[in-house]
Amino acid sequence: MSRFTRYALRLSALIAVVVFAPVSQAVEPDSALKAILSVTREGTNNEATASAWKQLVATGSDSLFPALNAFDSANPTAANWLRSAISAIVDKERQAKKPLPAEKLKAFVEDTKRHPKARRIAFELFAEADQPQAAKLLQTLTNDPSLEIRHDAIADQIKDAKTLKDAAKQKAIYQELFAQSRDEDQAEELAKLLEAAGAPANLTTHFNFVTQWSVIGPFDSKDGVGFAKSYTPETKVDLKATAAGTLKDPLKWKPVQSDAKYGTIDLNKELGKHKDAVGYGHTVIESPGEMPAEIRVASQNAVQIYLNGKKLFEREEYHHGTKLDQHVALGTLKAGPNEILIKVCQNNQTEPWAQVWTFAVRVCDKTGGKLPLQQVVGTEPGESKLAPLGNLKPAIPAIKEEK
Amino acid sequence: MHRFAIIITLLAVTGTTNAADWPQFRGPNGIATSPEINLPTGFSETSGLRWKVAIPGRGVASPVIVGGRAFVTSSSGKYDDHLHVICIDTASGAQLWHRQLAATGSTNAHPDTCMAAPTPVADQTGVYTLFASGDLAAFDNDGTLRWYRSLVEDYPTITNQIGMAASPVLFENKLIVPMDNAGDSFLAAIDTKTGKNLWKAPRIRDISWVTPLVRKLDTGKAEVIFLSKIDLTAYDIETGAKKWTAKVNGSIPTPTLVGDLLISPSGGVTVAKLGADGLKEVWKSPKLQTGMSSPVYYDGFVYGTNSTGIVKCANAKTGDIVWEERVKGKFSASPIAADGKLYVFNEAGVLTTIKLGATPEIIAESPTNERGQATPAISGGAIFLRGEKSLFCIGSKVGS
Repeated sequence: MSRFTRYALRLSALIAVVVFAPVSQAVEPDSALKAILSVTREGTNNEATASAWKQLVATGSDSLFPALNAFDSANPTAANWLRSAISAIVDKERQAKKPLPAEKLKAFVEDTKRHPKARRIAFELFAEADQPQAAKLLQTLTNDPSLEIRHDAIADQIKDAKTLKDAAKQKAIYQELFAQSRDEDQAEELAKLLEAAGAPANLTTHFNFVTQWSVIGPFDSKDGVGFAKSYTPETKVDLKATAAGTLKDPLKWKPVQSDAKYGTIDLNKELGKHKDAVGYGHTVIESPGEMPAEIRVASQNAVQIYLNGKKLFEREEYHHGTKLDQHVALGTLKAGPNEILIKVCQNNQTEPWAQVWTFAVRVCDKTGGKLPLQQVVGTEPGESKLAPLGNLKPAIPAIKEEK
Repeated sequence: MHRFAIIITLLAVTGTTNAADWPQFRGPNGIATSPEINLPTGFSETSGLRWKVAIPGRGVASPVIVGGRAFVTSSSGKYDDHLHVICIDTASGAQLWHRQLAATGSTNAHPDTCMAAPTPVADQTGVYTLFASGDLAAFDNDGTLRWYRSLVEDYPTITNQIGMAASPVLFENKLIVPMDNAGDSFLAAIDTKTGKNLWKAPRIRDISWVTPLVRKLDTGKAEVIFLSKIDLTAYDIETGAKKWTAKVNGSIPTPTLVGDLLISPSGGVTVAKLGADGLKEVWKSPKLQTGMSSPVYYDGFVYGTNSTGIVKCANAKTGDIVWEERVKGKFSASPIAADGKLYVFNEAGVLTTIKLGATPEIIAESPTNERGQATPAISGGAIFLRGEKSLFCIGSKVGS
């Protein structure tokens, strides 16, 4: 199903909600919202959307909640038409010195079925209208679907927990917050606090890094051709088969395991230092059922992400920095084994900082949280067992050549 | 070129703004100078400050000023994905409106920059804002959203994970949008009224922070001149067709076009004369290094600031270095010149004012106590400084 087909279905659902649900307090915004939600690419219907925007804003505060509700069905372009309209509506209310509807905003924030970005807008407006009550509400939102709200809530609780005298209680709070944390800065901070409290936390497991891989390479990528060229692993992965690469001898799959905190696999170490080269990483994760999942990759190199033979994502960019969750591929895991293939291309830049050839992968839910997944960990050639993601043990033994 | 000639050039190219306006990155037609006189020298906490306004989040883009309105952008939030466009009355500092958008593209960027890095451009009808996340919007003067484009939704492979900062420019009904990046790289002309593409010209797939220039030709037509890592290309402003290329390259500072002289920061500074089909080098000075900032031409001299805090002055006819002066700090912001003064704003947020002449004279050092990365603006007898968190208006109080 295409992205725009999905938007169209959501739009139909929204129109039903706007028309029939009691939360749509005024009839007037409906046609304007419908027009805004119909916005497509390259400014195709900008004139109609601009007219609808004016209509929505002119309706004033009656449009505030219908506009927030409409986020549920909005594509990113439409969401920005809505967001800017909301800021215009609120600007007008402020200039007229009218109070913001604190109770309704609170109720909207509490409705976790609403779009996280709309709830964040509502939360900020609620905080402007009633700061003490917003602070009180925030205390309950450490596991919120909105990552911004969750981050703020956890930050507040860490601050409070640091003042506690009861070490056991403090540790328990840190452990709970660590499990709820999604951002690197907070997870790192809580891991340090837990270490100091005598209860070390495992960031590799927390972030669901895939640490067990088989890698192969180098394949040719002179002048960057390898990014678009499909080599054998993209068609079929047979870990026992060899492939022709840029080396004299046929390439073989090599089982490797990351012992890095953030699951990094260093292809310079595993495949040798090569420029103008393509390397692949292959792994199998076991899912208990069909479920949506995000495959998140960090790499300084150009990457492609495949799930069960289907390319989900590609980014042809080299050595412009890396960070956790740099690239996100949306996919659906099937019940049972799922094959993940990562293509990692190295270019020919000569600067010292451009020699990096690495990748790191984690698989998680849409908030970055844990899914009930296991990875297939090789124990001996031809033998394997299942272990939770991020779990580095049992460590793979030294690779034995099959005779 | 004489200052008078610069003013004539300025008026010819920016017909939709007034002399007191500073409508784009580095001012009218990107020449970083103003014809205004009696400009302030400096300021302190107790004198010389017309107003200071707090801006939410962070911004490294310059302010632009048209018709007594200053337009400022910023980005905020844990993920730097809240985008702000703010309109401020230049006389009083009062906020006229504040609109918000959200980043639809990646917000990955080097810590020295943020999503509010490209400088907006304004005309008498409103402001056009581009963010490093590829979000592009036009607002009328009253804050009405005229149109919006998510360029990353339109062209999904757009990517620059160091962070984009090249700024759009205007010519008549065309918003010229630079989008040199590692993915779908292009230069586009977008209809200022509708936000639709008038043309979209492919570019080398590589990142760049250079802002394009508009050159008005004797024929009455105009061309867009745009530097890249490999060359300098001129495009027909009506069609986007390539007209000529020249072997000048660069990817961070922006060239300055003064009449038919192109002052290009590329391994030092190269000055070349533009003809109908390209350019001819006049001089090249490897000694005039400009770091990340762009050089400025003023009254027969070329000035550049480098990353170690050295300001250099070169003769515009010969390229000979006339003087060097050490000032405080290193620079991301570009120098601007007017009223016989050179204004340089360093990363520590200190505005240094240098009286120009055969020998330079530092006549003021004014700290903002905020990080300074944005090129200052001049309008209506005042200097506008974008600190990381605030907008400062340096000048006398209106009515005083």
